[in-house]
Amino acid sequence: MNSIPSGPRPKHLTIGRIGLYCFILVCAIFFLMPLYVMIITSLKDMDEIRAANILNLPKELSFYSWPKAWSQACTGFVCEGLKPGFFNSVKITVPSVIVSVGLSAINGYALAFWRFRGAYFFFGLCLFGAFIPYQVMVYPLLKIEDALGIYSTLPGIILVHTIFGMPILTLIFRNFYASLPIDLFKAARIDGGNFVKIFIYVIIPMSTPITIVAVILQVTGIWNDFLLGLVFAGRDNQPMTVQLNNIVQVDYGVAEYNVDMSATILTSLVPLFVYFISGRWFVRGIAAGAIKG
Amino acid sequence: MSKFRNIASIIALLPMIIISLTVFIGCIIYSFIYSLTNSKLIPVTNFVGFDQYDRLFKQRKWDVAVENIFIYGFVFTIGCLIIGFLLAVLIDQKIRGESLFRTIFLYPYAMSFVVTGLVWKWVLNPTFGLENSMHMWGFSWFQLDWLVNRDLAIYAVCIAAVWQGAGFVMVLMLAGLRGIDEDIWKSLSIEGVAKWKSYVFVILPMLRPMVVTAIVLIAAGVVKVYDLILALTSGGPGYATTTPAMYVMENFFQRANLGQAFAASIIMFISVVCILAPWAFYEFYLRNKYATN
Repeated sequence: MNSIPSGPRPKHLTIGRIGLYCFILVCAIFFLMPLYVMIITSLKDMDEIRAANILNLPKELSFYSWPKAWSQACTGFVCEGLKPGFFNSVKITVPSVIVSVGLSAINGYALAFWRFRGAYFFFGLCLFGAFIPYQVMVYPLLKIEDALGIYSTLPGIILVHTIFGMPILTLIFRNFYASLPIDLFKAARIDGGNFVKIFIYVIIPMSTPITIVAVILQVTGIWNDFLLGLVFAGRDNQPMTVQLNNIVQVDYGVAEYNVDMSATILTSLVPLFVYFISGRWFVRGIAAGAIKG
Repeated sequence: MSKFRNIASIIALLPMIIISLTVFIGCIIYSFIYSLTNSKLIPVTNFVGFDQYDRLFKQRKWDVAVENIFIYGFVFTIGCLIIGFLLAVLIDQKIRGESLFRTIFLYPYAMSFVVTGLVWKWVLNPTFGLENSMHMWGFSWFQLDWLVNRDLAIYAVCIAAVWQGAGFVMVLMLAGLRGIDEDIWKSLSIEGVAKWKSYVFVILPMLRPMVVTAIVLIAAGVVKVYDLILALTSGGPGYATTTPAMYVMENFFQRANLGQAFAASIIMFISVVCILAPWAFYEFYLRNKYATN
């Protein structure tokens, strides 16, 4: 993908180009508005929120909602804020990303270089899995995990993320490995490399770019997951998204919109951070995930 | 190549094979079998034929859910495609600050559905949200009470979803636009074809694979929509914005009506297959056929 436009930049502004810039600015405002509202709401106190325009900048900066969202906001009868959810999400995301990316890399490698009869049939089945609605699989999978004794535990949710991450990750690893020169693999075979040795000494050192893409995809995907965390993580490991929803949707008490918005920002910090530092890699991940044979 | 001893490869792919068979295929079979029973709190093998489906199609709530998913699917898909394509075209005009605008249009895609839902819930809040802002600016006729309006609430969901997903389509389309040969642009400008005409009648048809990919990916996501609506409207007002995914989850985990949930999930699955099958047929069969000719 060539991301730099070719040809010279137009020299002078015509009416058309001014219109173009106006339109693009309007779009930008639409896209930025929720982020702006989120941030300024979190910096107001409740009196000002009730009295003033949602779009106005805060008259006085109030930071009290931030620590409250982090460590005191209530979900049901527990008032510990989002902090436990944050650490649960870390505990879920880190091993899930490592296991799913590692396993899918091996899958992709085996499919690209060590094809055996029937391998692509199962790969097809696996890809098909990417499109099955979670609702079809949630309950039976819950029964399977229950039988294995890992339902509502950390290993249980890690397994679930590994399963549901596998189709798309295996696909992008396979496509990446299939684009490597086959002679390299043949040379390694002649030198006596076996399945494990070639993977460790030849393939892994070349896998950095695709691994970065896969890690970005998985970190944002798993961090942002709600449904699987809700069903499989269990009460003690509830991820941040589930806690956020519980904090905001409490039925009783006075709604504190500034705390809600602080909590919302806190929850999206990790994926936004990943997005902003990874930039082009994130885009590449999207393009890679968008199944292209 | 294929004559290598592939024991190691088979062992390496064993997890994928087991997961594909037990989770992806196994769960569908399990769900289908138990959709034919009258299971309530626990799965029982008391078969009642297609009674659950019969009952499902008579549910007013299910009708609403199906209607909602059609509205949402249509508006969201069309909205994402049009806005995404438009943004890609705008960005492709060799504008200043291209990467800044691209960042702005794509950042919502890094946010979770829960966060998206909660932010828009606040922005569209009937008392303190944008409606109030417009009133404060003197536009007293302005109405934006979508979240509490039975007929319009689903469109509020669409807006939030388009805000989140349009950047994704933009990235896909931009990749396509950047892949178009400079010579085509040259010949179009020599012919004196207006720019918008070239985009609509020449470039867009050339981007067909991208458009098809985008539609399939969006449509497959439409059926799954759950957390966004849960966060934004909780399915309300009443059950005006409920969706099939919510119907399934509700019957699984709140109403203890497993048979209904299984039947509804199988219908969800069948509709995904109906969306995917023509595309898969085209992608993997027709294209290969023409490629080999």
